[in-house]
Amino acid sequence: MALLEVNNLEVYYGVIRALKGISFSVNAGEIVTLIGANGAGKTTTMQSVVGLIPKRGGSVVFDGKDITQSPCHKIVHLGMTQVPEGRRIFQELTVYENLLMGAYSMKDSSGFKADLEAVYTRFPRLAERKSQIAGTLSGGEQQMLAMGRAIMSHPKLLMLDEPSMGLSPLLVDQVFEIIRDINRDGTTILLVEQNAGKSLAISDRAYVLENGSIVLTGTGAELAASEMVQKAYLGG
Amino acid sequence: MEVILSTLINGLSLGGIYAMIALGYTMVYGIAKMLNFAHGDIIMVGGYVIYVSMALGNPLLAILFAVVFCVLLGMTIEKIAYKPLRGASPLAVLITAIGVSYLLQSLAQIIFGSASKMVTVYEFGMVQFLGVNVQVSALVTLGITVVVMIALTLFVKCTRLGRAMIAVSEDKGAAQLMGINVNGIITVTFAIGSALAALAGLFYLLKAPSISNTLGAMPGIKAFTAAVIGGIGSIPGAMLGGILLGVVECISYKITAIAPYTDAIEFSILIIILLVRPTGFLGKKRREKV
Repeated sequence: MALLEVNNLEVYYGVIRALKGISFSVNAGEIVTLIGANGAGKTTTMQSVVGLIPKRGGSVVFDGKDITQSPCHKIVHLGMTQVPEGRRIFQELTVYENLLMGAYSMKDSSGFKADLEAVYTRFPRLAERKSQIAGTLSGGEQQMLAMGRAIMSHPKLLMLDEPSMGLSPLLVDQVFEIIRDINRDGTTILLVEQNAGKSLAISDRAYVLENGSIVLTGTGAELAASEMVQKAYLGG
Repeated sequence: MEVILSTLINGLSLGGIYAMIALGYTMVYGIAKMLNFAHGDIIMVGGYVIYVSMALGNPLLAILFAVVFCVLLGMTIEKIAYKPLRGASPLAVLITAIGVSYLLQSLAQIIFGSASKMVTVYEFGMVQFLGVNVQVSALVTLGITVVVMIALTLFVKCTRLGRAMIAVSEDKGAAQLMGINVNGIITVTFAIGSALAALAGLFYLLKAPSISNTLGAMPGIKAFTAAVIGGIGSIPGAMLGGILLGVVECISYKITAIAPYTDAIEFSILIIILLVRPTGFLGKKRREKV
């Protein structure tokens, strides 16, 4: 059974139909990517699945539970979290306090120290800067912090919205490597990216979103080879 | 010298009261992004609850009742009047808050009449302090407000709930992604603000033992001014603004030539600060997200 099952999801902004009934699924252990141009509905999909914006129609089932009507904070407690577009770390808090907020949903605080050490090991830069105010970090460091903050809650499903946005090519490679690492350690990943080439390369499966509808699906390799994707997203 | 010292003590004491009220304004603004203009009237409600429950003869019990009643009232107002407007235009929320303010004042007038009521919570008398005669009530007020302010600062900085409040005030969406129940945090904020307002009601009764349905109106506006001077949304800012305004007010009252213009002087300070530093002393300019 799929970890995340989205059926006929519809989202409106006022009268504008931003998602026209999309369906997709993510199986436990997979990396699944949604690719698409600006305005295709990728961020809308991510935010409505996690409950940040209301769903007008369709259903979302996560880990066997219907979460269509659940508020965001309850969904997070079920084991789904998101690294939002633009990172949205808490600028006024320190690096350490941001990670502490990441563990907010953990009922049992006994594992906190070990989780913190694990994040510091994965992101040594965060360890060096743990007492620094997060707003003063560089863009790359902020992305690391946003990812570290998200994995502090031990999500079953980690969603990342444009994690490579605004980063230098070297950092982009590093971010994709870390995503693959996190996945190997047992976390299922749903990724939204404009960088189609790099994201398809690490994906088990992918969906192409256009104007609020899913127009193509396949394995990462299949989509990377498809003529339509090559033309529209890989500059081929 | 003695006049200066006693004025300063009275000023700090009054400033402490303003700071307590300003904290309610600033915390609600920081977290719910709304100006709760009914906040000042919670002071009046607290005063009346003390007035009524003094019939039991125990001041501490009366204070406890006032705090509990105001906390429940603040949470109820938030749930009935403001929560349905979440996401509505700020103007609609502002008008609603003004409506709630008039509702509370009118209800008090219907229940207690428009004439002032006398209520003596406790007779403290005078004491020699650092060589000057001061009202014991002023020292008690100052002492309690300092303790409350320290406790509140520690609560926000060092507890899980307090940090969640900071997170919500900075980014509601990101806070929800941490699993924080934003509506719950807003309710807690109203509860804390209302408890502080109830205490402010007590301090006013200690200063002058009479109460009417407009008791909270002027202190509410003064404390709002203090919150803006200190930087609305900032907790240390509200403390600083409140104390500054209280000291200025007491000094101004002592100087015969300008005493009648005291209110005008205080609000002029607000205008000048807004011209020179629109974010107030400790307010931050936030980058607006698109």
